[in-house]
Amino acid sequence: MRYIEPHAHMVSRTTDDYRQMALMGCVAISEPAFWAGWDRSTADGFEDYFRQLTEFEPRRAALYGIKHYTWLCLNPKEGENRKLAREVVERIPKFLDRPNVLGIGEIGLNRNTLNELETFRDHVRLALDHRQLILIHTPHLEDKHKGTRLIVEALLSFPGIEPSRVMIDHAEEHTADMILSNGFRTGLTLYPETKVSLARAVDIVETYGFDRIYVNSACDWGHSTPTAVPQFMMEMRRRGHSDESIRKVVFENPIAFMRQSPHFVTPAGELESVPVGAA
Amino acid sequence: MKCPLTATQIADEYFIENRHRLLDIAAFLDRLERSAGSEDSSQDFRVRAFRDAIGTLLDGRGDRARRIQMVFSDPTLEPRAALDRKAAYGAFHADQEAK
Repeated sequence: MRYIEPHAHMVSRTTDDYRQMALMGCVAISEPAFWAGWDRSTADGFEDYFRQLTEFEPRRAALYGIKHYTWLCLNPKEGENRKLAREVVERIPKFLDRPNVLGIGEIGLNRNTLNELETFRDHVRLALDHRQLILIHTPHLEDKHKGTRLIVEALLSFPGIEPSRVMIDHAEEHTADMILSNGFRTGLTLYPETKVSLARAVDIVETYGFDRIYVNSACDWGHSTPTAVPQFMMEMRRRGHSDESIRKVVFENPIAFMRQSPHFVTPAGELESVPVGAA
Repeated sequence: MKCPLTATQIADEYFIENRHRLLDIAAFLDRLERSAGSEDSSQDFRVRAFRDAIGTLLDGRGDRARRIQMVFSDPTLEPRAALDRKAAYGAFHADQEAK
């Protein structure tokens, strides 16, 4: 079965990972901008990173027949630095026309600070001003519930926000309902320790249904598994779910969200009849 | 929707791996009691939250995963005034927040 990996930080992964993902049926990857594990010191450093995401990484993915998309921002882990955040936000628009850019992301909160919240709002404003999709990172562990609530409240304070154009990622048992009940899309991140396990991800899908929800590996330089989505597909089969249901979560739902960007190219022969923005 | 599997099928599929996890938790608690040094593990905010979560696990009220998530979560409402550290702890550190 073909699938889409909607959240992977491939700049941190090897070409062997691309090969393995292609062998398992991955046809497209979307790569949000993220934290490199250390704080960048200049806006120039971010420009170089954005060039890597829009020039080099698509070529690397194409070697394995995988279409590469990306999202641009200053990541929440660096959001406390307001001066740098403003400089980076000013430089993002010149990259938005690049053919693999789907929107602004992954923005959000890390430790739920006032500065992070202001940086988040700057990015939302940027996305709305340029009619971009939004991909959101919710905080880790004990910060997730409070951070998700702050994010949802901040989003709803923007009159122009369209929830179907916003993906609030890294949901877990205590945050999925507040995301979905406000009309947003949500993602479940399959991690070995933090975030959700394969079995818990299937539990959440069973609890909240198959609409407006997808799963991802969020693989990066840390403890993560680039083939987590196919492992989730196996877990769904183990649980007795049909191929149609599995396909909706790992293929159709990512397409329904991403094809709202004019840069997204629907995989050949697929889903031409699915309306833009459908669940 | 409900899980498509029957209770027996769920036990067939998931009992052994969860038995393994339960023993890992038991061994973790035993290890804390065997720990080197003189500190009392029950004073660690993470261990206290962990024990509270076990209470939730056994209270028979269902919705356990969500409620355990809330045991570990920051219950405060306002944003932090400034960044204290990059990484989360895994459990709300009330004493640290009070400083």
